[in-house]
Amino acid sequence: MVELKNIHFRYKKKKPLFENLNLTLQPGFIYGLLGKNGAGKSSLLKHISGLLYPDSGQCSVFGFDASARKPAMLEDIYLIPEEFNLPPISLRSYVKTNGVFYSRFSYNQLQAYLAEFELPEDAKLSTLSYGQKKKFLIAFGLATNARLLIMDEPTNGLDIPSKSQFRKIMVSALDEEKIVVISTHQVRDLENLIDNVVVLENGSIIFNRNIAEISEKLAFEHDVADMPAAEVLYAEEMRGRKAGIVKNAAGHDARVDLELLFNGVIRNAAGINEHFASYKYEY
Amino acid sequence: MEFRENQAIYLQIANRFFENILQKKWGSGDKVPSIRDMAVEFEVNPNTTMRTFNYLQDKGIIYNKRGIGYFLADDGFEKTIAIKREQFLEEELPVFFKNMQLLGIKLDDLKAYISAKPELNGH
Repeated sequence: MVELKNIHFRYKKKKPLFENLNLTLQPGFIYGLLGKNGAGKSSLLKHISGLLYPDSGQCSVFGFDASARKPAMLEDIYLIPEEFNLPPISLRSYVKTNGVFYSRFSYNQLQAYLAEFELPEDAKLSTLSYGQKKKFLIAFGLATNARLLIMDEPTNGLDIPSKSQFRKIMVSALDEEKIVVISTHQVRDLENLIDNVVVLENGSIIFNRNIAEISEKLAFEHDVADMPAAEVLYAEEMRGRKAGIVKNAAGHDARVDLELLFNGVIRNAAGINEHFASYKYEY
Repeated sequence: MEFRENQAIYLQIANRFFENILQKKWGSGDKVPSIRDMAVEFEVNPNTTMRTFNYLQDKGIIYNKRGIGYFLADDGFEKTIAIKREQFLEEELPVFFKNMQLLGIKLDDLKAYISAKPELNGH
């Protein structure tokens, strides 16, 4: 479990980013961390992985204080950043020198993932394209069997078949011990992979809910122009129609449109959260 | 798989199950693919396919043998027919009638089409 408690943080001489931020991440779930540019997503991920220290508050990862960066914790975390540099050596040498830091590293798993992504082991990392490098890091990260996997924009740079392979690999790698946090703007790529939606805005978590409760409480409509205003929680102009989020009254679980949900939460977090308030979901 | 309908993904996957059952791809007592296999196939979170399996189990269409997997119930086909019939009558038929009304199609107008399909006449 990952627990952030009363986190306060500011970059030097800037206004505070996090003021009393609280977040709990449970094993067995894929968390989608959504937020506009500059909302604080990467800073939050860095706190969880011990790369940034809070000014006050605690960040604990599997019982370890993240800022202590104990090897026992670090071997259980793998972070795939959005931007990265890889040395000019072969995949094989990279794996040989870096795999040893992870006691549960599986060479067999790695080979299976590399085969799936069509990456040759003798290729030099520096000669790979950005997308191929990214796929290599995803394969390596999953093969570490770290229980906490943090991915910043994992589908950026991936071609169309690779996105589908990525989803399949992620699904098969998830188990009840793993916590996966994916920060992304490419919500369409990952819509059906995420089971908890966390929205960060100006350093605050303004929405944090499970997909099951969202699909039960909200409905995402193609056109809300003729719907009673009291039912509509958010609407946006979409080429001649009004797409929107309404209260789900039909009793059927609705398909969640993450893009619409994100826009709605950014504009009307209070109204949407209020609709959930009187309601406890069991899962 | 592309998900299009306005229905929760776990229900859309349940509909795939229903199709396979109605087309007799799976028969009574057959083992159905696992929660994880289905998640990989549809590229969705395993917690989503778990909801599909729970839903189908609640409806009595599949049952769980501990440690072995899920199997199609003996009356899985009949139960699927019953569910899909109810869905057809309650959800699809009203839309069909509404379209008939909008387009000014009378029941008599349909007779020619129905008589071309003897299987719909109980013959």
